[in-house]
Amino acid sequence: MTQNILEVSGLSMRFGGLLAVNGVGLSVKEKQVVALIGPNGAGKTTVFNCLTGFYKPTGGTILLDGQPIQGMPGHQIARKGVVRTFQNVRLFKDMTAVENLLIAQHRHLNTNFLSGLFKTPAFRRSEREAMEYAEYWLEKVNLTEFANRPAGTLAYGQQRRLEIARCMMTRPRILMLDEPAAGLNPRETDDLKALIATLREEHNATVLLIEHDMKLVMSISDHIVVINQGTPLADGTPEQVRDNPEVIKAYLGEA
Amino acid sequence: MTRSLKSALFSAILVWAVAYPILGLKLTIVGINLVVQSGSTATLLTIALCSVLMFLRVLFNQQLTAAWKASPSLPQVPAGASDFLTRPKTQRWIVLALVMVACIWPFYGSRGAVDLATLVLIYVMLGLGLNIVVGIAGLLDLGYVGFYAVGAYTYALLAHYYGFGFWICLPLAGLAAATFGFLLGFPVLRLRGDYLAIVTLGFGEIIRLFLRNLTDITGGPNGISSIPRPTLFGLSFDKNPPEGTQSFFEYFGMHYNPDGKIIFLYLIALLLGLVALFVINRLLRMPIGRAWEALREDEIACRALGLNPTIIKLSAFTLGACFAGFAGTVFAAKQGLVTPESFTFLESAMILAIVVLGGMGSQLGVILAAIVMTLLPELTRDFSDYRMLIFGALMVLMMIWRPQGFLPMQRPALKLERTELRK
Repeated sequence: MTQNILEVSGLSMRFGGLLAVNGVGLSVKEKQVVALIGPNGAGKTTVFNCLTGFYKPTGGTILLDGQPIQGMPGHQIARKGVVRTFQNVRLFKDMTAVENLLIAQHRHLNTNFLSGLFKTPAFRRSEREAMEYAEYWLEKVNLTEFANRPAGTLAYGQQRRLEIARCMMTRPRILMLDEPAAGLNPRETDDLKALIATLREEHNATVLLIEHDMKLVMSISDHIVVINQGTPLADGTPEQVRDNPEVIKAYLGEA
Repeated sequence: MTRSLKSALFSAILVWAVAYPILGLKLTIVGINLVVQSGSTATLLTIALCSVLMFLRVLFNQQLTAAWKASPSLPQVPAGASDFLTRPKTQRWIVLALVMVACIWPFYGSRGAVDLATLVLIYVMLGLGLNIVVGIAGLLDLGYVGFYAVGAYTYALLAHYYGFGFWICLPLAGLAAATFGFLLGFPVLRLRGDYLAIVTLGFGEIIRLFLRNLTDITGGPNGISSIPRPTLFGLSFDKNPPEGTQSFFEYFGMHYNPDGKIIFLYLIALLLGLVALFVINRLLRMPIGRAWEALREDEIACRALGLNPTIIKLSAFTLGACFAGFAGTVFAAKQGLVTPESFTFLESAMILAIVVLGGMGSQLGVILAAIVMTLLPELTRDFSDYRMLIFGALMVLMMIWRPQGFLPMQRPALKLERTELRK
């Protein structure tokens, strides 16, 4: 039995009088792909924002490898290895693709002021390694030929892939994807599915994702958590969730 | 047609409304009274002519635009040349050539020209420093002159009260300005855009007013005078050096040359300017430089990737301020006198204009803009009344012709070694 990387229980988030998330719990094991689904406005992205420290949850615990991380600032949580993409792609648009990847390695680099100023061998080595790692991932996501193009000029699907590569540069414990297939055409969605599979098999990535594309969700997830209006509705394997009458009701309405 | 007639009439009246009170009326003193006199006939005729021209211009706007489009377009800067000029490699050669010229010419130039060149170099330093904050990190700072003032006053006060020399004060002034940058950085961390601009604007003014009202220490509006000139390893450039010291000219057995101290200060400014250029150039290629740019592009994405926005912003503010401190020290040494009125908001606006005019983030652009912006008021001394007018016209023209600045920043293309091996 592999250990839980992420263990969330009783998570709640209140904005004034609105209880956006109420008692959501989920657990993610090593190398698992867990999906978070639910109708629009169910609070999925709010859960993501709480997990990654963009919101301070008003209740509940979030354990990463057994350590509580709730309430920490976003960049610290990211440093602990919880890294996310965004529903609307957030690349550094004026910077080139490869620069986007270099920035993500910031904390693995030699940031010493003097060594950078005089280009010491240690600094050169650290920069070269970062460059090689960036190249490796550019190749993985099939963007090598666009390395020196400003990220904002890439096609939408390419931007999505670059954003995932950028997350992988930080060597995350858990990769959180917020609607990675939104706006992709069926072929790009298939590519994405293959990419997530590769990440899991070759790079031991653990993935938590929000997605509306049910075909994608059902085919790649090990476990699915359904939430509706901020409250947990169901969770289980794709088969269990698919046959759950509550879930069908939430999605399709009362028959 | 009636609509264009209406707007043409309106424009013609507007010409009168704007020009007549400014150019057509004159205040003269008769005895003890101030009398408003009408301007000369020539002035009035010129205004009338202008308004007629404006009337025709607006009336036949469409036809004129069509004719303008049909006529052969003005020779534009070819895309290739512009691209060539902004490439990092070309920029390096241009900078090298400029440095060579800059080292040699003061020995042949006039005293006034060298003095002016020192001022240009001070503005180059200020422009490069502000470029970090505004151009690279994208934090609009309207109170940059505050740090400049801190640098200048640090030197002035230390020299006045403790008799410290230029070379000790230079790092101290940089440090003091950097400290102020750091302190200002804290409260403004949460702010962005317009709000940040307002707070920094206030900060610049606070420093100036503080220096002005702290009469006991800073001499208030009179400032601090007789700030010593820099020395070369203790050798002064004065004609009569203080007791017990030698002058540069005596030491090397040369005739006294009154231009010596000006050329020396110019060379110091040049050296500091080059150091600033080198350091900032390196910074941009270091992880911290990339982080500044990333922060400008998207702060939320930065946080999601584990970059600490607090540290990144503070470092931009601190380093930017540090260069202003150095520039301030040179300024104090050049003038020999600092007063709070040298550090008004107009000065901040001038430095910001240099950065914007040169092209945000582009170093060579900033240097060129600093030269243009400092020389322009000097060259137009004969029309000093219209200086601001020329200034404004230049700004408007720039925004039409090259909104991205003289030489916009170009991204360094990073080479992928592996790909090259494969090909």
